[in-house]
Parts: sequence; C-alpha cells; structure tokens
Amino acid sequence: MLKVEQLSGGYARELIVKNVSFRVGEGELFGVLGPNGSGKTTLLKMISGILPFQQGRITIKGQSIKSYTMKELAKMIAVLSQHSSQAFSYTVKETVSLGRYAHQDGWFRSWSDEDERIVQEAMGQTGIASFQHKSIQDLSGGERQRVFLAQALVQEPEILLLDEPTNHLDLSYQKELLDLLKKWTREKGLTVVSIFHDLNLASLYCDRLLLLENGGVHSNDIPNEVVKVEKIKEVYHTDVEKHPHPSIPVPQMVLLPKYGANEANVVIEPSYMQINKEYISLQSPIPLRTMSSGVVGSGLGWHHTFVNRHVDKSYDCADHRQEMGQFLRERGFEPSETIGMMTAVHVEDVAYKLLKVDDFSVLVIVTAGVGNAVDASKSVEHSFELIPGTINTWIFINGKLTEEAFIQSVMTATEAKVKAMENQKVVDMVTGTIATGTSTDSILIAATQTGKELEFAGTITPLGKLISQGVFQCTTEAVENSRKRKQQL
Amino acid sequence: MKRRGQRAFAYIIAIAFLLIAILLGISIGTVSVPIGNIIQIIGAEIFRFISIDHIDPMQTNIVLSIRLPRVILAGLVGAALAIAGAAFQGLLRNPLADPYTLGVSSGASVGAVLTLFFQFSLPFVGAFTLPLLSILFAFLTIFVVLGFARKIDRAMKVETIILTGIIFSSFLGAFISLLIALTGEELRQIIGWLLGSVSMRGWSYIQIILPFFILGSIILIANSKELNAMSFGEERAQHLGVNVQRRKMIILIAGSILTGAAVAVSGTIGFVGLVIPHLTRTLWGPDHTHLLPLSILTGSGFLILADLVSRTIISPIELPIGVITALIGAPAFGIILMKRRSAERSGSDA
Repeated sequence: MLKVEQLSGGYARELIVKNVSFRVGEGELFGVLGPNGSGKTTLLKMISGILPFQQGRITIKGQSIKSYTMKELAKMIAVLSQHSSQAFSYTVKETVSLGRYAHQDGWFRSWSDEDERIVQEAMGQTGIASFQHKSIQDLSGGERQRVFLAQALVQEPEILLLDEPTNHLDLSYQKELLDLLKKWTREKGLTVVSIFHDLNLASLYCDRLLLLENGGVHSNDIPNEVVKVEKIKEVYHTDVEKHPHPSIPVPQMVLLPKYGANEANVVIEPSYMQINKEYISLQSPIPLRTMSSGVVGSGLGWHHTFVNRHVDKSYDCADHRQEMGQFLRERGFEPSETIGMMTAVHVEDVAYKLLKVDDFSVLVIVTAGVGNAVDASKSVEHSFELIPGTINTWIFINGKLTEEAFIQSVMTATEAKVKAMENQKVVDMVTGTIATGTSTDSILIAATQTGKELEFAGTITPLGKLISQGVFQCTTEAVENSRKRKQQL
Repeated sequence: MKRRGQRAFAYIIAIAFLLIAILLGISIGTVSVPIGNIIQIIGAEIFRFISIDHIDPMQTNIVLSIRLPRVILAGLVGAALAIAGAAFQGLLRNPLADPYTLGVSSGASVGAVLTLFFQFSLPFVGAFTLPLLSILFAFLTIFVVLGFARKIDRAMKVETIILTGIIFSSFLGAFISLLIALTGEELRQIIGWLLGSVSMRGWSYIQIILPFFILGSIILIANSKELNAMSFGEERAQHLGVNVQRRKMIILIAGSILTGAAVAVSGTIGFVGLVIPHLTRTLWGPDHTHLLPLSILTGSGFLILADLVSRTIISPIELPIGVITALIGAPAFGIILMKRRSAERSGSDA
C-alpha cells in the first residue's frame, strides 16, 4: 500500500529524516516511535505530501506520490495532526463537511445525499453528532480532536496518517479511538500509520512498529521485537522495565523513577508482628514486593500489612473476599495495602523463626492445622469443598529477589512443608495415606527488595537453604502446637 | 432543516437591507424624491413602455444622472471592499485583516496622489487618468508585494504575507506623506481624495469598477470552499486536498483587484472591509459560501447609507465618506458585539 524508499529530507539545509525505508501493507496498523526530535512528524509530513523531500521515493499503490494531484492524494490519504488552528467559529458539522472537499468536483459543487450520509455516519462513529451545531471553539480539546478525526474519516481515505492521535484524549477515548481504528483496519482494510509517544499503547495496538533514532530507522519489526528493554534504553536514554500485558501477549514498558521504591534499610523481624486471639498481623514500615495466594491481595503486588485471621470452622460466607475486606477495615487495616489470609486454626499456635546468614535474613511464620489433610497424589478422591486454609506459610525475605527467586521460593517452601507433614505422619483421612498438605493452604513470599541481590531460591541456594530450613521447622512446630491444643480439649 | 431556514432568512434580511438603502439613498437629498416615483422612473428606464410623463423631469434627471449612479458606485465600492475583506480575513486566518493589509490601497493611492500632484493627464483618457493610473499602481503593488513575499519565503506563509504588506504600506504611506508635504494648492484635493468620496463621479466610474468587481467576486465566490479549508490552516487545507499555493495566489490577486478598483474610483474608504465581514460572520457564521455573498449585500448597503449620511448630515457640506463609515460603523459594531456577549452569557446562544 505504502512504500517508502531511502527517504531523506527536512527543513532548509538540515536533514531531519535520513535514508528511511519501510513498507506498510493494506489493513495494517503501523506505529512510528522515537524520542522527541527523531523525525517522526517530519516523516509523516513528507508522506502526506505537505513537505517536499530531497531524496528517495514514496509510492502509494505503486505510484509515486508526486504523480498524484492534491485532490487525488486527499482521497487516498487523510491526516489527523497534533495541532489544529481554528480562527473562526465554524460549527462541528461545517468542519466535518469540509472533509468532503476532495470528493466534490466542479466549480459549484453541490452537497449530495451521499455526502450528507457519510458526514452523519462519521459524526456518529466519533460520538460528536449530538453537538454538531455547536461551534468548535466551544469544545474541549478531546471533543475537537474527535471532530478533526471525523473530518479525516469523511475523506474516505485508504490510508490514515495520525500524529499522536491520543494526545488530547482521556483514557476512555484513547482506548475507544484505537479500538475503532483497529476495527477499521480489520473490517475495512484501512491502513493506519500513526505516531505514538506512548510505547505501551503502540505495542498494544500496532501490528508493526518503526523505531526512529536521529532521523534514521533503528528497528522495524513486530512490537515484541521493538519494545525491548535494551532498545528502548538505547534510543530513549531512560530506565525502563518490561512487563507482559496481563491479558494480551504484548510487551509493556514501565518507567523506573530515580527515587527508589525502598530507600530505607528495613529488616523485617518478629518485632513487627502482633499476635492476638483474632489474628496475627505484621506491619512493615515499607511496602514489600509480594507474591501470594491470600484471600485479599493475592497475586503479585506491593503490600504493607499482612493479616492471618482466625475464623470459626463453620465460617461460611457467600462473598468471603468482601467480608474479609470489611473485617480488615474495621480493625484499621487498609485492604488495598493488605494481604489477608484465613485459617480455622487458633492463631496463637503460630510458629515463627528468624533465620540469618551474613548478608540477608528470612522470617518464616507458619500457622498449621491438619484437620483436612490431603495427599496431593491422590487428591482426585477428594470432593471439592472450600474450608478456610489450614497451613498458612509466610516468608519474609530481607533481600532483593528476582521473579525467578519468588517462584523458586514457593517451590522450596512447598517441598519443605511436604517433608514436615511426612515427618509428623499426618494422614489423609480419605485415602489413609500420608498427606502432603491441606486442601486450602496459602503461601506468601514477601521481599523488602533492598540489600543483597538474590537471584535464585532453589533448595541448595543460600536463600533456598534458609527457606527450607525455616519452613520445615516452623511447620513441624505449628503442627505439634495444634495437636497439643486438640489433645487438651 | 433549521439551518437552511436560517440561511434563507439571512439572505432575505441582507437583500431587504440593501434595497432599503438604495431607495433611501436615491430618495433623500436637497430635493426629495418620493419612493414611488423612484420605482417608476427606474422601471421606465428598463421597460421603455412605462409612461412617466406625470413626474417632474427634474426629478427624473436627479434620479438617473446624479443619485442612481452615485448610489450604485457607493454600493459597488462597499461590496468590493467587504468581499475582499472577508476573503483576506479567511485566507490570513485573522479577523483583523482587511483589504488594505496587503498594501494595495497604498499603491493605488500613490497613483492617484501622483496624478493630483503633477496635475497631468494621459492622452486619450483625459479625466480618467486618475482612476486608471490608480488601478495600474494597485496592480503593480500586488505583484511587487507578492513577488517580494515569495522571494523571502517560497511557501508564502501567512505571517510573511502580512509582514510584507505592512512593510509596503508603511513605505508607500510615507511616500504619500512626502508628496503631501511638498504640495501647495493641491493639498485639499489630495486630502479629499484620500479620505474617500463617491460624489460627482457619474456612470463612467461605474464602468471602471464594474468589470473588476464582477471578475474578482466570481473568483472569490468560486473559491469559498477553499477559503473554508484554509481557515483551518494551510497544512490542514492541503490534507483536505486543496492546492494551497495556487489557490492562495488566486485569492490574493482577486482580492487585490477588487481593492485596487475600489480605491481607484473612491479613494481609501476605511472600516467597511474590516468590519462588514466581521459583522456578517458574527451574525450568520463563518462559512465562506454564504459569508462572501452576504458580505457583498451588507457592504454595499452599508456604504450607500454611509454616503447618504455624509452628504445630508450637515448639508450642503459633504463630509468625507471614510469619516462617516467609522463614525457610524464603530459604535454600531460595538453595540452588536456587546449584545452578542450578553446573549452568550445568559446562555441563550444555542
């Protein structure tokens, strides 16, 4: 559809775009990225025919753009630019109707029903039909941007060039606009070439990305290849970290601010704990990086407060998450900053231990009850019933963990727990075999992310050793405590 | 279609305003002519079979030889200045632009003032030396200004054009001042011409301006859509498919032809070209397809009334028409602006 070959050009004597080549196919959503001054807008202006170029070729549908007249070009390419001036107060509809200019031939072009239909349709699609008789000078920046988008659409272009289309739009309109563009590329075969400032939006929506650096092409590939930490760091000269999008397989970049998340050197130790009949809590002075399976705050995150709450065996609540949130709030804990777990075990039977080596330490806290112990290898024989968790394992690590170390910590802790169950001869009441845990165990790995860097947490790594030792000992002790209480009853 | 109805209403008002202005302009004067007689006299001129024997031949004479040409000339000048002003404001995206922004009027004035200063007359044209020389100078000025602007900026950006216009206006203005300073007897004549007048010109001056008026107006009206597009900026216009460079040149030249011709026949009458387009836009919207014709109607009606006031207010002395346009135009415009603002504030602007 669009082919750019060895294009160079700029203003006056200064070359801004240097030897740029790329192709865009029909129906493609093609993103142009690059830092300020990298030549994105200049490139777009050359493609739209506004700015003459000095070298190279731009071809649209196999023909050089120089061979098209302005009107022919306007029927194929529509542009939505960053800035638009409006000296006079045209109405929204008058403004949109101007987009039909190229389609009306002759000296005294009349307005046809077809023109009217296309204009009304575009105003409907961009959500501006309701204020079509208002003056564009009375609109907000976002509304005006949509008016100019509608103006570009009524040109019925095959290629749409956009210069940071989401600039003035709020979050919902950004998404709506890009969803709409994506839909048109798929359904109508519209080709979109768009400049983006926001790497994340670009990699979310674009089929391919062109990354410009100092007027030249740095890379031209699918988002996963272009939005890479090294490339972005190199071109934008800033610190970023890559994260997968939670629901679509595209990369997302997050900025790393200069101020550190955790500057204070805090060591999590038992003194931060509070144990009473109702719950065990631990309140950290700094937010900790967490991976957990609690009732509240599960998954990955950052949390301050950790609560392990005792509930009665008969606890039954349709919406236990909401009830737990209520419980936390009533006791002065902020649910969004808290990881909350439940257990039917008496929480005073907790076992905890601070294990230290030279340059880092681990605090393990376990509450355990084995009333509904399960042998994982035979769990198919169990019916599904949600009973409040009975072995809740908390592991606080005073160190800086990688994501792998978080995952390995979970594995290591689980293995240690299984061994403790075996040693204690905990039996699965249904199968009669040795249990490996209970049916609703929960785990929390929390790290201060300061101090020693801990890349791995397998069983024989320094961190793994502390975890396995701590979890084994604490689980054993907690099971014993719980058994003792039962015998006393 | 509420909009279409509103538009028809705009034309009806503007045409009615012009007709009333024409009838008043012909009717009122030292000798008053009843409006019924005017219609009959003009009707008889057009349809020869209508008999006007019952009307005093002196009235017929006054209407046909003095007032009608005067009114038509005033109307044409007002129309030319108004449409040129509307086009320049749209093209330059500046509501403060007027037909004189490009310096064309100063060029035309130089031609006229030179004629008066040296008291010469060209062979064959005699009394028409002044308007012809004036038009010639106006055209020369257009080409020099546009050529100069193009020389310093090939894209001829709006800012360049405005700046070039200002430079040439100042320069030519200084030249006129110099001539005035050096002149003796002709001072009154020169000043009188510069302040503008449509009196005692007769049908021949109408013949001078009419072809330019028709040509310029047709060109501008044919470029209404382009003017609309260019109001949103030249880049935007180009994206919409307008051949900006060519259209800009055409519009500038057409507007300058209108301005040059108007100045040549009547002197530099201010205010019309600035305020009438502005007023029309405020009342009926910025769409040039209608703004240009409506400006023609309103501008001509306005100048006819201004001329009427200038010759009757302290009769028998005739005031310069340029003084009147500003004296009645400025307050009228102020009132309209204030009314509009307060209407907007009270939320009745739907």
